[in-house]
Amino acid sequence: MKNSIEKTDGQLLSVDGVAETSVKRRQFLKYAGAGAAAAALVALGCKKDNPGPGMGGNEFYFGSGDIAILNYAYALEQLEAAFYTEVVANPYSSISDWERALMTDIRDHEIAHREFFKAALGQQAIASLTFDFSAINFSSRGSVLATAKTFEDLGVSAYNGAGWLIADVNYLALAGKIVSVEARHAALVRDLIENGSFANDEVIDSNGLDLSNSPTVVLQAAAPFIKSPIDVTDLPTY
Amino acid sequence: MNLFSIFDEITHVDPEFHERISPRRAAIKNIASMGTKVAFAAMPFMLGSLFKKAYGQVPTDVTGVLNYALTLEYLEAEFYTMGAAASGLVPSGPPRGAITTIRDHEVAHVAFLKQVLGSDAVSKPSFDFTAGGTFNNVFTDYDTFLALAQAFEDTGVRAYKGQAGLLKGNQVVLTAALQIHAAEARHASHIRQMRRARGGAAGSQKPWITGANDSGIGAVVDPIYAGEDNVMQADVDITSLNGVGGKLSADAATQSFDEPLTAEAVLAIAGLFIK
Repeated sequence: MKNSIEKTDGQLLSVDGVAETSVKRRQFLKYAGAGAAAAALVALGCKKDNPGPGMGGNEFYFGSGDIAILNYAYALEQLEAAFYTEVVANPYSSISDWERALMTDIRDHEIAHREFFKAALGQQAIASLTFDFSAINFSSRGSVLATAKTFEDLGVSAYNGAGWLIADVNYLALAGKIVSVEARHAALVRDLIENGSFANDEVIDSNGLDLSNSPTVVLQAAAPFIKSPIDVTDLPTY
Repeated sequence: MNLFSIFDEITHVDPEFHERISPRRAAIKNIASMGTKVAFAAMPFMLGSLFKKAYGQVPTDVTGVLNYALTLEYLEAEFYTMGAAASGLVPSGPPRGAITTIRDHEVAHVAFLKQVLGSDAVSKPSFDFTAGGTFNNVFTDYDTFLALAQAFEDTGVRAYKGQAGLLKGNQVVLTAALQIHAAEARHASHIRQMRRARGGAAGSQKPWITGANDSGIGAVVDPIYAGEDNVMQADVDITSLNGVGGKLSADAATQSFDEPLTAEAVLAIAGLFIK
């Protein structure tokens, strides 16, 4: 089996063999115990013969296990950091001082996350990704904030959905420290677009639960912005 | 060792101790009736159990984490339900809309956790949101209400984070806990913006936490923010990393990572509001 995103076309198979795209989140909760089975599947997943970025392999190969999850987070933080760096360097028309300060704070948080993962991964880190932001009109407040909302909500759903795939409690703790900051960003950006939309029913379900997405779903959503040929063959997902 | 003098000491420090452990006073009588039959060495342990019953359990397994979460959600749900119901407290318009949204989420969290726990669910404690008179105007003064709302939300975020390790690898429960945790962080972000809009001591609030106790509430909430000034993450000093035009600032380093709180610390905070 391969977990590569190239394979997927809406026919993602969950561990139960059910087309996951048709499984609502609440129904998913019924599959208690599925976690262990999925973890076992991931552990058995075929390994590609790619020695990784630090050993002369593809510089965009994520690796496997926790390293792959950390590279996944690193890739998402690279995306966010690059986006906000551009937002602050080239601010939208008539940006207020307060909004400029907020965007600068968020840029620095995303850079802190990116540089942290880079340092923590060391030789195992993927190379710096190249992004395609051509769909974004950086001079338009609406375009910038809509993109920011997409990235922040996506980031929250990514950490929420990948948490259980992490084997090392220290990495899990770090993901937890970051995801709530992303959620604070998401709420702020949403309020800038429409005050009061910080946690509306686009992102919070009837149980009061925020979004959660598998790495496969998240990477599909991020794919239009990523130019570099990433290799997520051995990235744990479900 | 005189157990009853210890109880007297506790009552002296915490006048509500007897009330707090009510209706479990029978437990004390049981200890008394056992008298000298109880081994000396067992005493501290038994006393420890009494404290846990009085103030809530430090979780050690999945059910424990869920009940710990349920206790915090009971607190938040009742707080916002009372606040939304208090006439003249929350201004109409966006403020009322936001408080109603958050209330509904906290009520949903309670229902969700109770459903997951089934018969293992703990019952709702009795709350005292004045914290024994410290916040007497909590449901009559909007700024006090918002200050406590921020304290509860920021505590909630830290509390969930602290328990993630016990749920490691559990797709259903860890994911749900992370999803609630993120919802609490969204609440915290918005409440902080609401407080900023009020100005005054809260006028410099940001949606994220800067350093140790940026709340403008005062030292009374120091325990809620203790450790948030940490800049070391997994042996990496965030202030040593490159930002734009220099190293990342200490403010950015503390804002960019929310820190966990231990169950003991959270229960000590929540205990102030539990009768």
